[in-house]
Amino acid sequence: MVKITGIEFRNPTILASGIMGTTGASLVRMTNSGAGAVVTKSIGPEPKIGHPNPSMVKLDCGFLNAMGLPNPSYADFVNEIKIAKEGADVPVIASIFGGNAEEFVRVAEGLADAKPDAFELNVSCPHAEGYGATIGTDSCMVEAITAAVCDAVDVPVWVKLTPNVTDIKSIGKAAENGGAAAVVAINTLRGMAIDINSGYPILGNRFGGLSGSAVKPVAIKCVYDLYEALDIPVIGVGGVSSWEDAVEMIMAGASAVQIGSAVHEGVEVFADIATGIEQFLQNNGYAGVEDITGLAHEVI
Amino acid sequence: MRPINSKITQIVEETPSIRTFRFDTSLDDAQPGQFVMVWVRGVDEVPMGCSFKNGITVQKVGDATSRLFEMKEGDSVGLRGPFGKGFTLPAKDENILIIAGGVGVAPLGPLADEAASVGAKVTTILGARNASELVFEKRFSEAGGITVTTDDGSAGTCGFVTTVLAEMDVSEYDRICVCGPEIMMFNVLKMLEEKGAHDRAEFSLHRYFKCAIGVCGACCMDHEGLRVCKDGPVLNGSLLLDSEFGNYKRSSSSQRVKV
Ligand SMILES: Cc1cc2nc3c(=O)[nH]c(=O)nc-3n(C[C@H](O)[C@H](O)[C@H](O)COP(=O)(O)OP(=O)(O)OC[C@H]3O[C@@H](n4cnc5c(N)ncnc54)[C@H](O)[C@@H]3O)c2cc1C
Ligand SMILES: Cc1cc2nc3c(=O)[nH]c(=O)nc-3n(C[C@H](O)[C@H](O)[C@H](O)COP(=O)(O)O)c2cc1C
Ligand code: FES
Repeated sequence: MVKITGIEFRNPTILASGIMGTTGASLVRMTNSGAGAVVTKSIGPEPKIGHPNPSMVKLDCGFLNAMGLPNPSYADFVNEIKIAKEGADVPVIASIFGGNAEEFVRVAEGLADAKPDAFELNVSCPHAEGYGATIGTDSCMVEAITAAVCDAVDVPVWVKLTPNVTDIKSIGKAAENGGAAAVVAINTLRGMAIDINSGYPILGNRFGGLSGSAVKPVAIKCVYDLYEALDIPVIGVGGVSSWEDAVEMIMAGASAVQIGSAVHEGVEVFADIATGIEQFLQNNGYAGVEDITGLAHEVI
Repeated sequence: MRPINSKITQIVEETPSIRTFRFDTSLDDAQPGQFVMVWVRGVDEVPMGCSFKNGITVQKVGDATSRLFEMKEGDSVGLRGPFGKGFTLPAKDENILIIAGGVGVAPLGPLADEAASVGAKVTTILGARNASELVFEKRFSEAGGITVTTDDGSAGTCGFVTTVLAEMDVSEYDRICVCGPEIMMFNVLKMLEEKGAHDRAEFSLHRYFKCAIGVCGACCMDHEGLRVCKDGPVLNGSLLLDSEFGNYKRSSSSQRVKV
């Protein structure tokens, strides 16, 4: 059991936003696969079809995606969260996005009926014009949006940060000042792939976000920096596909880890990683995840 | 994987709205029922069953398929795959029934070839709107017995594939493999359930694919959260009985829409 921002998790592995998170049933399936908590696909104010395909490709080093925040809108998604809440025995966190504070608040209030256990604000998607990182690179907007959502809801608010900034700590601080209960780091790194036979960028949106193993060192550094700068918990995400990766992320400063692209190898990844972490803690005489959170800061 | 640059080597006009495209790329490990993502550059990337190791059979319905229909031999597309899980491969002396409607013949053609080549007994019910819309009639008849149905009676039995199925004793088949419009497949499933044969039936499904590699969740079905792109597209009938199948599916924005 792990407790973060007042919420109890069965284990420290959490399904990352945008992965198997578009229907209530698939979220329930992920909890049955062992996830300690699940985050929904990011939901916005209006239905959105996203970018044309190809929207995701596997490269040698990781994955590139530009989904374009496809979602059925909060009005439709309320029902999916209800299904997830009924079927899941772990916390369900609603990821939301909007173009400004008013839109974020409208979506959060719209979803509040379904009683998600927390909200995660997506101010970090790197490839949706007017949303995500467009906002998340501006610390004033991050603070204002976080404060507005915190005012509107009575559950914890997490803020998911983009690594596509010069100084992630200042954005993390802005979230903390706005009242965030935790930050989540990182969303994908801006990236691109080109088909050399035709010259066409491969993704329908031309560029997108890099995830998977390739981004792990970037994520570790961001988590390390945020842990040092903030008083609120940091939830680590980016390139975790084994229990060793998860332990490394926790030692950098994460209180829990989210897992996204690694679901490609199999949905059992949550149970495998949770068991691996547990074994590691036991074998080394640690009482819990808290004992190794941020260990890398203490040894030197 | 990156899309493999694949040159069109041959285009066969199967019907006024269906064409087979053969490529200089052969996906030799493709199993019957698996699919490829076909990247029509600058337009879209769409899923297509492999109707041959080096070919797809396409119905013209929208942007990507219309652009494909403008292409000539020598033009190229990007191919990624093979992806997903196909049909259970038939063993020697097994008795299989194939039920194909419209462009649903695409993944079933290679299944018929494969089954016949290993010495399984193949029977096909092939349905189409009218005689000019029949695809792979010769291919299926070379693999075994065939019954043709057309909606207007211009060839074979007048009616749907279910008209023929209703008269059949399905207990003699080890497996029943189905692909076609969802309503047709749903009616077949209901009929097989009545006959107690749904758990011997496999259906190749159609849902909206984005990532096509089992990550994004766009293609998930209620109530088990099965991913059509990775756990399917071929799924056993027993998994479909208490599902959204035949009732609703998700649009590109993941809103529920009636089938
Ligand atoms: C596993 C699988 C195998 C398929 N095999 C074949 C085949 O062998 N031959 C064939 O002709 N068709 C096949 N289809 C259907 C084919 O993918 C669609 O007809 C095609 O995507 C239409 O694209 P479009 O741009 O021309 O049409 P659009 O105008 O974009 O859309 C028309 C309709 O096509 C479907 N469609 C569009 N994009 C997608 C997508 N990314 N994923 C799923 N459906 C989509 C939707 O139902 C949509 O309503 C298959 C679909 C799936 C899921
Ligand atoms: C297909 C796909 C869709 C994603 N959609 C979202 C999203 O809607 N909201 C969000 O905050 N992050 C989204 N992400 C980012 C992931 O949640 C995660 O931050 C990132 O992929 C890094 O983790 P990973 O390496 O474990 O995949 C998406 C990632 C992928 C691969
Ligand atoms: S299309 Fe992404 S999981 Fe199936």
